[in-house]
Amino acid sequence: MSDSASIMPEHPPVTDWVNDFDHTDPAWTENPFPIWEKLRAASPVVHTERFLGCYMPTTYQAVKEISYDTDHFSSRRVIVRDVRPDITARAPPITSDPPEHKPAKQLLLPPFTPDAMKKLEPRVRAICNELIDEFIADGGCDAAARYTKHIPVRAIAHMLGIPEKDSDLFIKWIHGILELGIKDDNALMGAVREMTGYFIGHIEQRRKNPTDDLISTLMNARDKDGQPLADEHVLGSLRLLLIAGIDTTWSAIGSSLWHLAKTPSDRERLVKEPELMPLAVEELLRAYSPVTMAREVMKETTISGCPVKPGNMVLLSFPAANRDPAMFPDADKVVIDRKENRHAAFGLGIHRCVGSNLARMEMTVAIEEWLKRIPDFRLDPAGKVTWSEGTVRGPRQLPVLFGKAR
Amino acid sequence: MAGKLKIRVDQDKCQGHARCKSLAPELFDLDEFGNAHEVGDGSVPAGLEDKAYLAQSNCPEIAIEVTEE
Repeated sequence: MSDSASIMPEHPPVTDWVNDFDHTDPAWTENPFPIWEKLRAASPVVHTERFLGCYMPTTYQAVKEISYDTDHFSSRRVIVRDVRPDITARAPPITSDPPEHKPAKQLLLPPFTPDAMKKLEPRVRAICNELIDEFIADGGCDAAARYTKHIPVRAIAHMLGIPEKDSDLFIKWIHGILELGIKDDNALMGAVREMTGYFIGHIEQRRKNPTDDLISTLMNARDKDGQPLADEHVLGSLRLLLIAGIDTTWSAIGSSLWHLAKTPSDRERLVKEPELMPLAVEELLRAYSPVTMAREVMKETTISGCPVKPGNMVLLSFPAANRDPAMFPDADKVVIDRKENRHAAFGLGIHRCVGSNLARMEMTVAIEEWLKRIPDFRLDPAGKVTWSEGTVRGPRQLPVLFGKAR
Repeated sequence: MAGKLKIRVDQDKCQGHARCKSLAPELFDLDEFGNAHEVGDGSVPAGLEDKAYLAQSNCPEIAIEVTEE
């Protein structure tokens, strides 16, 4: 439930991007790439008074410096918002700093290795085909609403051992936290409360009847002193996995299909040369990285020669870093077989996305299965592609028509 | 004729992106946490030199060293 008192005032439209940027402005949501180019040309680090004060590194180098500097930059807040309330709902390890970070992360790594993902892959292929079966006879579909949205949520539900049919509930919470929550604190807290209640129920069930899923793995984990994790830690990590595992990959798959819908040459190449998929997935991750993170400045320092002061947040835009021409030749072009590609879509340093192998597997499988069944498709000229706002960018409506244009 | 190549993954830098394992599975292995290390003593068998350099040039953490013996 949210009431109007919790909603921050509307943001005025941005006219001076360099000194007053806003990642929730409609122009940014629609097409952020020229904005990032403008900011990068102005300075490696720009600042806005919005969001109670926030920096943005605009180059790959500046993003990297901040990612590696856990001394001056804390992860305790990972979303840039209008408000900075007291920290209550932690989600280790993403909101952890050293030294707490490493043990919390180590716990989550083994279930997400590439080998573990190979075991999950057949289920994901089946999910993709079940979804395609539902719309392939229709001649077209909203690929975001009917396909990309459902793949990651079902896969992570499968891993956690919670019902895939509860997917709509998870998607609602994530929308409350990652989109509405930037400007509406009640929407965020309401979603966190509901999610916590949901997981407490599943934890209780497993105390009576243990299972072999990821929830039980966390419940059975022991710290270095042999003690089980506090319930709050287990709940925090479960919140993280659900939040981070869903609209991120939904967005990555959606942007990939959007690109392929409007780029027949790349689509045809992937159909003819499926062995290019690993390079293609990395390039699509680079060009359309969905996830922007945040840090909080704890101590004064300089980044790429620019002074950075405590009290401010940092919008840590891996997507902008990945479009830096100083790092990537032809940074604004999708080069589907790009050979050298040190992209930072999954972050750099200790907070490297724990689910990166899951995301890559889901993207690969989702694109492969789509292309097997629907090798030709195009954007529906009568429809409109819309993009999510804020922290995770990807298409939320993606109307496409199947077959070649006549 | 170039000398034999040797690879090494810097364990302090590797963050488990696993790009090397994906591009050159003959040369890299992952531990139970998904962090990479070189196979055997890191000697690159003849014919796999390009893969060693490909893995190196895709590591986001610049954690892979390739040296000529």
